[in-house]
Amino acid sequence: MNATPVTPGELALRAARRGAARPASLRDARERLIRGLLLAAAVFSVLTTATIVVTLAWETANFLRLPEVTLSDFLLGTTWSPLLGQEKHFGVWPLVSGTMLVTAVGAAFALPVGLITAVYLSEYAPPRVRATLKPVLEVLAGVPTVVYGFFALMVITPGLQSLCTALFGRPIFPGYNATGAGLAVGVMILPIVTSLSEDALRAVPRSLREGAHALGGTRFDVSVRVVVPAALSGIMASFFLAITRAIGETMIVALAAGGLAQLTFNPASETQTMTAYMVQIFLGDAPAFGVENLSSYAVAAVLFVITLALTMAGNVLLRWFREEYE
Amino acid sequence: MTGTPRTAASRLLQNRLFLALCLACTSVAVLALAVLLVSVLVQGAPGLRWDFFSEYASRKPERAGILAPLAGSIWVCVTCMLLSLPLGVATAVYLEEFARRSRLNRFIELNVRNLAGVPSIVYGIIGLTAFGRMFGLVGAADGTPVVLGDPESFFHLELPLGQSVLAGGLTLMLVILPIVIIASQEALRAVPRGLRQSSLALGATPWQTTWQVTLPAAAPTILTGAILAMSRAVGEAAPLLVLGIPLFIASTPESLMDPFTVLPFQIYSWASRPQAAFHDLAASGIIVLLAVLLSFNALAIYLRIRLQRSTAP
Repeated sequence: MNATPVTPGELALRAARRGAARPASLRDARERLIRGLLLAAAVFSVLTTATIVVTLAWETANFLRLPEVTLSDFLLGTTWSPLLGQEKHFGVWPLVSGTMLVTAVGAAFALPVGLITAVYLSEYAPPRVRATLKPVLEVLAGVPTVVYGFFALMVITPGLQSLCTALFGRPIFPGYNATGAGLAVGVMILPIVTSLSEDALRAVPRSLREGAHALGGTRFDVSVRVVVPAALSGIMASFFLAITRAIGETMIVALAAGGLAQLTFNPASETQTMTAYMVQIFLGDAPAFGVENLSSYAVAAVLFVITLALTMAGNVLLRWFREEYE
Repeated sequence: MTGTPRTAASRLLQNRLFLALCLACTSVAVLALAVLLVSVLVQGAPGLRWDFFSEYASRKPERAGILAPLAGSIWVCVTCMLLSLPLGVATAVYLEEFARRSRLNRFIELNVRNLAGVPSIVYGIIGLTAFGRMFGLVGAADGTPVVLGDPESFFHLELPLGQSVLAGGLTLMLVILPIVIIASQEALRAVPRGLRQSSLALGATPWQTTWQVTLPAAAPTILTGAILAMSRAVGEAAPLLVLGIPLFIASTPESLMDPFTVLPFQIYSWASRPQAAFHDLAASGIIVLLAVLLSFNALAIYLRIRLQRSTAP
């Protein structure tokens, strides 16, 4: 990976020779110019954040100023009907609950499976098994989400339907439902959970394991009672970051979850997430400054606040973990 | 931890059972990938005829092809890479090689970590507002753009950028910039300190050290990270969908100002139709998309090996 190219001395010597050829003042001026350019590049990322915050806040304020919208209705209302019928309602909860429902299904699948896979890879698996499994996870992580959406639509939901028909005599799940989309989201975040958790588990010092083995612990005792608790903050960080990805996931839910915004916690029902609503608006020809268009900025602002909070929490946990062991 | 002491046999059984659980969970990931690949191949392979690559999208599934999205994906990804690689590496170099431990620099660092968690569809909204519409500040009220330069030539600008290749590349740049920065930072961090120190000790300036010593040593890893970021860009549909790229388009881009569409968006539109014939097209499109991604990964490995060899003593 990081093979040292030439001997350090030779590279440094080359650099020094070129440096010496220039007068010092010119060299200093160039140094300062380049430093300034690099700082400008770094500031660009801050500018991006500022643009996101200002744009979303500005357009959300415009949305809330419209006569048909009130802040209390938006934050507390339980009906989201921006398009249908005469009476428009903008209560964001149906979209938030839709997102929570899909995320919960995905997390219920991916967090335990991903963590146990990580424990296996870090504590049990022989090196050769690890060497074959890591690429599989990398490929899974690289599959575009639209492919997972297609997979949910064509394989997972029909699979659920025939399973339920065999067990209960009726399909139960409609063609678009939260479980099919949620499971596909789960498969998507599985490699994130596994690889980040595995990193955390492997960072736990050997001495802890050796101590636990010396006290007569089985491999199970060592990995589940010692290593996992020791890596807990790192594992939690992986959970947070994976859940953030699930909440922001768009193409899977746009394809497989349906388009009905309803306040429900029934995983077999059709549902609309915040992201899927934005897709619906931007695919239709909503005018640039109409109420539908502005409502999608408000939904994006809610989505941004939720994911930002989770990302920050995840990064704080990760820092705690690093401070402890690295 | 548990109250009653347990026999050795029960603890070994517990260990055995947990190993079985581990194997079951691990096989879920393998199984998911296998089922996904097999189902897509079975459904999509028959559609991979030559016409599929040479035809534009069509309302008739038997005549539809992916020429426009394939060309669009290549155009927009190359644009995105040319924009985000210099910017991302420059940011990483600043943070790792030049930044002192100041409050501003810690804030920039934290900011990059947080940007990595922003959903891509939010970047789409920002791309639409900042590049596609340019906040409504540029161009005539009726939507006619301001044209800079000769519209016939390759080098001209139309502002606001609308749904052009450049707007798409810039929007995707926002999505992958945090990934490029974080990957480059890790690559730079992995370069041994001794390399920098010996260069500085011989009188090279910080920038000379960075440009001639540190960056060449980190290049293979940076490049691998960049290509993985590019795979992410190729697979993204949501931000471009928000930008408003067209679904049906019967031309391939010829300049940065031309309209375009991309593979994942075409796949989405085929998959969201009710007719089964379009689902088969979506599966064929997925095979092409996965093939493109696999060739990127192969390219990453090839470049890494070559670069390591060419900079070796």
